[in-house]
Amino acid sequence: MEGLEHSVYVADLFNKLLGKPILALLRLLGIEPKNPHAPVPDYLVMCIFVALLLIVILGLASRKLSLVPSKRQSLLEMILQAFEGILTDVIGESGKKYLPMIGTIGLFIFCSNMIGLVPGFMSPTSKLNVTAGCALAVFVYYHWQGIKAQGPLRYLKHFTGPIPALAPLLLPIEIISHFSRPVSLSLRLFGNIFAEELLIVIIASIVPFVLPLPFMAVAIFTAVIQSFVFVLLACIYIAGAVVHEEEQ
Amino acid sequence: MKRIQAFGLLLFFVLLAGSPLLAQEAGGVADKAPLYKLSLIVGGAVITLAAAAGAFCQAKAISSACEGISRNPGSAPTIRFIMIFGLVLIETLVIYALLIAIVILMIQWGKYV
Repeated sequence: MEGLEHSVYVADLFNKLLGKPILALLRLLGIEPKNPHAPVPDYLVMCIFVALLLIVILGLASRKLSLVPSKRQSLLEMILQAFEGILTDVIGESGKKYLPMIGTIGLFIFCSNMIGLVPGFMSPTSKLNVTAGCALAVFVYYHWQGIKAQGPLRYLKHFTGPIPALAPLLLPIEIISHFSRPVSLSLRLFGNIFAEELLIVIIASIVPFVLPLPFMAVAIFTAVIQSFVFVLLACIYIAGAVVHEEEQ
Repeated sequence: MKRIQAFGLLLFFVLLAGSPLLAQEAGGVADKAPLYKLSLIVGGAVITLAAAAGAFCQAKAISSACEGISRNPGSAPTIRFIMIFGLVLIETLVIYALLIAIVILMIQWGKYV
């Protein structure tokens, strides 16, 4: 994999423009970056690029909302209704208040996955750092929402299971399974996107002309499915943390 | 008898093609050659077994989904959703094995051992 590395144009441009001030700021804080000519790594630049792209495009597209929707507005409403549909299917009616977080994660991961197929860019989700960040954000979020919805003591009682006598057996199992959730989320997304990108790079280094196209089609399919599954699993974890048991 | 003869001939040619393995150079990285050879075999075996097991289990999932849809065509969207979700979860385990195989195959063992 040493000969397959290539530089990302946007990251080089960013480091050329803003490299010196960022380097000075980092040195002020006492941090010495590994490569002083490129203090911001390429995946961070791509994260910032995807975030700015989403902010600009969605911000511009959501101007002038009217009660009778135009074509552009109905497209946006379709996207939001898809997220709301997943939320209400999994969590129930009270699920709509989690829409900002779930919508952000879903759109960010979808755009990050797709932008790797555009020549000149790379997917930030093809690095374990970025996917671990998304998975940890979901982990912290659903625990926080669970504590907020049920109170800390009742939320911790969930870990002991239905029968109090079995609590010492069930508690380590529940803790391990809760810690395996961000691991599986991050590794699933990272493995799928990284393996697809590696496959396309290897195929392109053998036959660069028409052969990568079917693999890129599979990569589009994989990108859509992986972002959907990430959002779905996040909703399932939130539902598990927030739902009230119907006892009496 | 003919099959045994054909197999014997095949084995002879395979071993003949592998005769350069007997010539070892001295020094440095080639001293680690057994470790490199072992890492190639182990890496290939890991991902092959994972892909075979994953394909078998995904085939079972898809076949029962098809049967379910054929019995009750009205429930096709629900069954399709469950099938995709189940396939992704099975594929996750194959991806775990793929990551381990990539690590085994791409590390330069001579530098660390």
